[in-house]
Amino acid sequence: MISFIIRRMVITIPLVLLASVLVFILVANSGDPLADLRGRQPPVPPQVIQAREKMLGLDKPLPQRYWHWITNFVQGDMGKTIRGVEVRPLLWQRMQITLRMVVLASIIAIVLAIGAGVLSAVKQYTVTDYTFTFAGFLFLSMPVFWLAALMKEYGAIRLNKLFGKQVVFTVGPESPNLAGSFGHRLADYAGHLVLPTIALALISFAAWSRYQRATMLDVLGADYIRLARAKGLSRSRVMVRHALRNALIPLVTVVAIDTGAVFGGAVITERVFAWQGMGALLVQGVETSDPNILLAWLMVTSVLVVLFNLIADVLYAVLDPRIRYG
Amino acid sequence: MATNTLPEQPAAETGSHAVLEVKDLTVEFPTDDGVVHAVRGVSFSLEPGQVLGIVGESGSGKSVTSLAIMGLLPPSARIHGEVNFRGRNLLKLPDKEQTKIRGKQIAMIFQDPMTSLNPVYSVGWQLQEAILAHQDIGKDKAWARAVELLDLVGIPNAADRAKNYPHEFSGGMRQRAVIAMAMTNDPDVIIADEPTTALDVTVQAQVLDTLERVQENTSAGIVLITHDLGVVAGMADRVLVMYAGKPVEIGDTDSIYYDPRMPYTLGLLGSLPRLDAKGAEALTPIRGAPPSLINLPPGCPFSPRCPMSRPNCDSDEPALRPVAGLDHVAACHYAEELAGDIAAAEVFETAEADVQALEELDQLGTLDKAEAEERA
Amino acid sequence: MADTRVPPGADADDAGEGQELRRTEHGAQIHEVAATTTDREFTIAARTQTQMVLRRFLAHKLAVGSLVVFLIVVVASLIGGRFWRYDYADITPEFSSPPSLKHPMGTDSIGHDSMAQILRGAQKSVQVALMVALLATTFGALIGALAGYYRSWTDSALMRFTDLVLTIPAIALLAVLAANVSETAGNWFFIGLVLALLQWTYIARVVRGQFLSLREKEFVEAARALGASDARIMFRHLLPNATGSIIVNATITVAVAILLETALSYIGLGIRPPDTSLGLLVSTGQQAATTRPWLFWFPGIFIIIIALTVNFIGDGLRDAFDPTQTRVRA
Repeated sequence: MISFIIRRMVITIPLVLLASVLVFILVANSGDPLADLRGRQPPVPPQVIQAREKMLGLDKPLPQRYWHWITNFVQGDMGKTIRGVEVRPLLWQRMQITLRMVVLASIIAIVLAIGAGVLSAVKQYTVTDYTFTFAGFLFLSMPVFWLAALMKEYGAIRLNKLFGKQVVFTVGPESPNLAGSFGHRLADYAGHLVLPTIALALISFAAWSRYQRATMLDVLGADYIRLARAKGLSRSRVMVRHALRNALIPLVTVVAIDTGAVFGGAVITERVFAWQGMGALLVQGVETSDPNILLAWLMVTSVLVVLFNLIADVLYAVLDPRIRYG
Repeated sequence: MATNTLPEQPAAETGSHAVLEVKDLTVEFPTDDGVVHAVRGVSFSLEPGQVLGIVGESGSGKSVTSLAIMGLLPPSARIHGEVNFRGRNLLKLPDKEQTKIRGKQIAMIFQDPMTSLNPVYSVGWQLQEAILAHQDIGKDKAWARAVELLDLVGIPNAADRAKNYPHEFSGGMRQRAVIAMAMTNDPDVIIADEPTTALDVTVQAQVLDTLERVQENTSAGIVLITHDLGVVAGMADRVLVMYAGKPVEIGDTDSIYYDPRMPYTLGLLGSLPRLDAKGAEALTPIRGAPPSLINLPPGCPFSPRCPMSRPNCDSDEPALRPVAGLDHVAACHYAEELAGDIAAAEVFETAEADVQALEELDQLGTLDKAEAEERA
Repeated sequence: MADTRVPPGADADDAGEGQELRRTEHGAQIHEVAATTTDREFTIAARTQTQMVLRRFLAHKLAVGSLVVFLIVVVASLIGGRFWRYDYADITPEFSSPPSLKHPMGTDSIGHDSMAQILRGAQKSVQVALMVALLATTFGALIGALAGYYRSWTDSALMRFTDLVLTIPAIALLAVLAANVSETAGNWFFIGLVLALLQWTYIARVVRGQFLSLREKEFVEAARALGASDARIMFRHLLPNATGSIIVNATITVAVAILLETALSYIGLGIRPPDTSLGLLVSTGQQAATTRPWLFWFPGIFIIIIALTVNFIGDGLRDAFDPTQTRVRA
């Protein structure tokens, strides 16, 4: 088992390095951080531009810039934004905000997907199945920004009216100048999290529930399920201990692969609810063509996705003994 | 005893101590293309310690019969008839009651050992589960019993092997583990659905050997379902031949093998290579294919492929009737014509046509030459 | 084998006219059996695979219905703008008016006719989506085929590359790539290009998987033994077998492309004004969602309709190509 983990880790390191090269080439070619400086009227003297270029390291050849960046990066130095703000603490702060939404939404989506997928498969071709299937298709075809906007514009008002006071918020991850007891702060976080998380969860659940249904159907048709019943085990035991146990395994891989997509969905949802998280940071980086922000952003998310995939691989091996010794 | 319609009597009074009695079992499946009549009236009885071999081609309904007995058919199946086990009709029991009987009093072995076992649990764990499902003993005791059983069926190093996962077992060993699972609660009936089909011949012998040993140990009645007549010859006391969802001949093994009275049975026997064949006898395959179970034409279902069929065979489906003593019944209008020691080659054509074509080719030399000749 | 011919009529059980009867030495009366015996039942006409797939697809009412709706939407969006009385850039005297006969989808605060705008936005989205599907499928299938067939180095290299592309969240990659191209006119083409650059990886993986397994089948060995070249094997033998997966994935690509493009436009990094996209319409309509709901609902519902019909079509196609997936076990 340990050797399995080590082997997987060894494979991922070159992957991450390759990703860094790709990311660097991408960012270096995607826009000019000094664009607005160059386009100003009256024109800025060329010496100023050159000086700025030197400061940002843009006067050196590409491989050298890459080397400079990667060596700093692995030591934790992510450089500064164009305006001179330290990237690392900025990224960390934004990441915490976004991860709140991503993790919570993923958990909710997984639970919903398992429930819907299993119920659909067990009660195949009944009303339950058709309802869940239709819901799955609907949310699969719904743009996350529209659903989020829907929740924001309509859901918030209705919910708050229901409770008589403002329970859910639609702007930002927390109220400004938040202070007070832990419980009070938690309630505040929760109130801000509810709507965006539900929106993100519903979209993610759709794809996963369809997959779970198909997997469960496959498993239910397997010989070992028939044998389990022939052994005289109760329906529920067969369903949980034998069917579900096998049906959950592929879901692990699917969720891991989709981590990037969930993150992308979070980026958009943040925009709808005006959260100052990773989404806002990305847009800022793109609009100002700020290389350090973009590089750090893309690298950190890549590493995260790779990490999740690694965890998924290990989890898969834990759950499926056939993989362990493969 | 094994006719199509039996007088209405409770099982205990039939005069034999049959542990399992199937009366007029029919199974239908509604599908998009029509209703599939998978089983059209099967009746047999099984006594303790007896081995009944059910023989037939794919699609003859033998597997569906066994699943019907176990109550493992999908809910869309329509089942009629009786399956009497110790006086109770299993088909009328609620699922909860059937669950109690499954694995304890009636056990089943499936065909494909590669997929019969759950890949994520160890073999020992799955055996233990089977034990714990019906016996109220501690986990440790159940584990010990599981190891014992694995040893009994011939798994070497049982104590260590019990912790292994199914993919670490060979096919034959897996099947033996499944047999161990079937016998763990001392069942009265074991249904083995093509237990050796997916295995190599040498492994087959081992598995059958295991089954025999199980029978000695438990005196259970075994229903051995297969399409392999060789397997049946070695183990079965009585044989039931199925065709197109119905039994067409039932009798003692020796009777069936030496005095078949239904052309289909004869044809089956003739398509087997025999070690005791005198000289180079050609095999006699049965031409054609089994009929569709959706649009069954009237009359005997075997008639289109039967060299002995006459016009009334196409209009009247023959019923099972005694042909050689009360214990040997066959469903053929002309069973009398098959009395005596008839070789299959007398009734069925040998596969000679292909040989002819090959000889012609030989005479022409090569394929090219044949083409050149054609062009010329 | 001694046999004697039985003259017709001499026996009460005739086997029928014209059939030769014989008797075996033991007295059993037999005749020859025809090789094919299925004519007593129904006859099944031989069908090509395409016909069978088509037949199964057409039996799927939901998929067929979706196909009809989708085609209507595509045609309407591609040429509807020309027939509608307003152009998307026209400014009419009625502003902020709810749906009416004159403006079936209402107007916005400046006076643009919403229907014209939605048609235009749909046109852009559909153009992008179809282009992405075409490019990504072609390129992805090619790469996947090469990777799956040649394996070893080619496969590893290609798969590492697709892994790479897949690790980075699509929207981020798109944002960075698209920022460059968004300024140019007719930029929907470049947006499509950028999207295709990401989407081909999915199809490549699928085709690779198919080729890996198909490649081991005996008919490939047979073809090779007959002297078929690699290219011939790939295109004539393997590719047709992978068609099902390719087509199904192509439909998924269309749906994903629509959602990605509208999302990109929503955050302002996709299709920009003065042109319009459904995503852009949603973003501008969002502020007025409670007061002028038609500006928010119509574009959103349009996106959903397009993606939903495509998804249903894809599902129907999947069933048509592989019906074993959904049947309950016997």
